[in-house]
Amino acid sequence: MSLLSSTTALLGKELRTEFRSRELLTTTVVFILMVIVLFSFTFDPTYNESRRFGPGLLWLAFLFAASLMLQPCFLREQTNDTLSALRLSVNDPFAIFLAKLVANTLFLLFTELLMLPVFAVLYNVPVLRVLGQLILVFFLGSLGVSIAGTALSAISAQARMRELLLPLLLLPLLTPVLVASTQVTVGLLDASPFLEWKGVGFLAIFDVVFLTALWLFGEYLLEE
Amino acid sequence: MKKQVLAAAIVFLLVGAAAYGAFFVAPTERTMGPIQRIFYLHVSSAWTGLCAFFICFVANVLYVFRRQPQWDWLSISAAEVGLVFTTVVLVSGPIWAHPVWGIWWTWDARLTSTFILWLLYACFLLLRTLVEEPERRALFSALFGIFAFLDVPLVFGSIRWWRTQHPQPVVMGGSGSGLDPTMWKVLFFSWFAMLALMALLMRARYVMEAARGQLEMVRHEAEAI
Repeated sequence: MSLLSSTTALLGKELRTEFRSRELLTTTVVFILMVIVLFSFTFDPTYNESRRFGPGLLWLAFLFAASLMLQPCFLREQTNDTLSALRLSVNDPFAIFLAKLVANTLFLLFTELLMLPVFAVLYNVPVLRVLGQLILVFFLGSLGVSIAGTALSAISAQARMRELLLPLLLLPLLTPVLVASTQVTVGLLDASPFLEWKGVGFLAIFDVVFLTALWLFGEYLLEE
Repeated sequence: MKKQVLAAAIVFLLVGAAAYGAFFVAPTERTMGPIQRIFYLHVSSAWTGLCAFFICFVANVLYVFRRQPQWDWLSISAAEVGLVFTTVVLVSGPIWAHPVWGIWWTWDARLTSTFILWLLYACFLLLRTLVEEPERRALFSALFGIFAFLDVPLVFGSIRWWRTQHPQPVVMGGSGSGLDPTMWKVLFFSWFAMLALMALLMRARYVMEAARGQLEMVRHEAEAI
């Protein structure tokens, strides 16, 4: 099986597993909603204040949510030792990572897009006119989060205190994603919106660097 | 044993000489006055810390490809020693900054990325305490170390582009802010002394870790019987 066909097959499996239970998506949506509501108490969300602080808190909510959502990614393969089966079924172990990280990106993107209108309404920021550009930033940001998160969840799944460990390993590593995507979002939510291409390019570079690292070193993460 | 005592004595003399140089040989800076002398400790520790993290990264890569426990022992020794030097940087920085800038801390690119670097390697050491099996621990921490090291330029770039509030650090901000030749000499001597200290500490830590690793192996074998 080629990398592409095994990745598609595994991606189908990831999506099926999630859409049967929908556990991950529902809990993540509720979590982000809660963070958005709680953040509103930390400052006065007027029109101008929301524009200044909104993008940062939105991305922080996404990052926190992701660090929880990525937990079960490899953990659920442990219950019936399905990871060994996965490893045996593909030529290239990178396919396992690729399928998982694409699935995680889709899940994240889906919850983010679901939460965007809620954020827009609660914080009074117009998002419709920059929707296309926002989706681009959300996609590049979520991809970066998923690449690093999928790799690290393979590590944390085999450690003690794993629930605490994944956010600890992941969040400092994701600082560049947080900074760049927040800056681009600030530009998009500005009174006269603009797309900061430098930030978009930076996110793309982050994604490429970590995808390459995962491609080079991923197989070692799955060793018995 | 004799050799180690001798090495420690030499390092002690070097660090002492560096301190002497910083206090009595280097000229007093015109605007900042004597407080600027902390520069020789601050900058040389920063460079030494980075060297230690680079050694850690090289050891991580070598461990992943060669799987010899020696590289794992080296990586933890380098990470710990690097963390100590970076802590010195993070503590001496605000002590210097407060009288000069009027604030303890600013979210500038260098400061923030040093802080993130410190956090990444603190997590590296934490990760090691949370994985039981020695080989898995070595492999996972090596892989995390590689990811963390790759992340450092990205952290620095992102913060430099978007978060830096003041344009240039007061000292060594670029081509315009030259340093007196004597200051350069003292700085390089301090760096050399710090590197010697790093080597001494790293060696001691390595010996300890090697003993611990071997003990762990023997214990493992004994349990297997």
